[in-house]
Amino acid sequence: MTREYLFAGFGGQGLLFSGKVLAYKGLIEEKNVSWLPSYGPEMRGGTANCSVIISDEPVGAPIISHPDVLVAMNLPSLDKFEAAVKPGGTILVDSSLIERKVARDDVSVYYVPATKIAGENGFSTLANMILMGKLLDVFGEYDVEMVHQALGKCVSARHADLLELNLKAMEIGRDYAE
Amino acid sequence: MAGKVLMKGNEAIAEAAILAGCRHYFGYPITPQTEIAAYMAKRMPKIGGTFLQAESEIAAINMVYGVSSTGKRVMTSSSSPGISLKSEGISYLAGADLPALVVNCQRGGPGLGGIQPSQSDYFQATRGGGHGDYHMIVLAPASVQEMAELTIRGFELADEYRMTTMILADGTIGQMMEPVSFDFEFKAMPEKPWATTGTQGKREHNVVNSLYLSPEVLEIKNIERYEKYAQIAEKEALAEEYMTEDAEIIIAAFGIASRVAKNAVNAARAEGIKVGLIRPITLWPFPEKYFKNCLATAKEIISVELSMGQMIEDVRLATECKVPVSLCKRVGGMIPSPEEVYAAIKAAAERIGE
Repeated sequence: MTREYLFAGFGGQGLLFSGKVLAYKGLIEEKNVSWLPSYGPEMRGGTANCSVIISDEPVGAPIISHPDVLVAMNLPSLDKFEAAVKPGGTILVDSSLIERKVARDDVSVYYVPATKIAGENGFSTLANMILMGKLLDVFGEYDVEMVHQALGKCVSARHADLLELNLKAMEIGRDYAE
Repeated sequence: MAGKVLMKGNEAIAEAAILAGCRHYFGYPITPQTEIAAYMAKRMPKIGGTFLQAESEIAAINMVYGVSSTGKRVMTSSSSPGISLKSEGISYLAGADLPALVVNCQRGGPGLGGIQPSQSDYFQATRGGGHGDYHMIVLAPASVQEMAELTIRGFELADEYRMTTMILADGTIGQMMEPVSFDFEFKAMPEKPWATTGTQGKREHNVVNSLYLSPEVLEIKNIERYEKYAQIAEKEALAEEYMTEDAEIIIAAFGIASRVAKNAVNAARAEGIKVGLIRPITLWPFPEKYFKNCLATAKEIISVELSMGQMIEDVRLATECKVPVSLCKRVGGMIPSPEEVYAAIKAAAERIGE
């Protein structure tokens, strides 16, 4: 099985980090993975996105034309990529930043006011991880041990305190029900 | 995961270079390869090595010349416009028969161009780039794992043949992360009796130089160098073949283009189209034999490139134009989608009546 993820939003929202956590989780589970960021000036405050492929087969092109999963953290990203999602795919929307609904009816959509929830919990920069928790839960892939290990690979030892916060954010996302 | 780590292609090059014994890096920042310099800046001071951000690309390549003259493993890296600046120094390295590793993480051109991936420096790399009759060994990684492997191989080849090896990557392979293992076997670095390491009063002075004012001597130097190149072409040309055994259509693609092409080959095979892929790993020497051999079954070849069509000329030369060679391309930082390559395969299949 191959699943292609596109994380899209503003630079600074931690989308590249989300993708890295997911890719590490895939690696720990001995899958084939690739992680490809958008790079360049757009990272400085403009739109940023990150493509992650997790597969049982060797990964071919790391570039994704039609994602199975879109995580949209701003309106331009939803506008740009909504149509590209595969029929039957999944879209996660940060509904505190995107007011409109997804227009398509052939995809599963989850609305999570992640940025608002993150602010209420005192970690306004971890909306990305709230969405990540929800994303893993949607696919029944929220394995606490795996999540912990994957995060451990992505958070450096001197920021160990952030690991707990990231975990907490992911748990809130996992447990969030609309 | 067996000792694998997730790393960007650029970082994998830097780590592999350090493992290969490179302790001297000179560079100047440019997107999309700056992670190599950043990694070296962090690591070299901790392992007794030298990281130096030079005042320009030209200064950096000449520092490479200096260190290489002393027999040490040394490298520089840049992206397309920076490589043009380094080309004078690369020609001097060739003229002085000095080993070095140069990384070109290509971006769209010409001029300042853009910062998105490209393969449009193929001619520059495979024909030498600078002035004079010379070649570099040019290696084309298609994965983060190969960024590491070919960096180590690149240093070995450079030392063995006393010439520059170029890693011809692109922005995508440089920026993407994939699992990579550094579980390599390393060959011992060969003796370098030509290096300028001090005579200790025991031998004649070694001279490293690219200036030969006598045309008779310079002619011999050039001819000898080309005899070496002929040996390299015989021994070192390398490609990966994918589903080529019965292939009536052959895709020629290297680096990131080959990965897109592989998706398209799989899709077309699923429909019963007999298509395969030849992925040159060495661009110079060009793996001509693989292309000659494919003519046993091939009726058309499609060269998939992130350029206006550069490698296609080598494919035509290798196959002596015995079958039509068409081009499937995107340029300027764009990458062909698997669907576009698939469409090119379908069109070729119709042309050959499959």
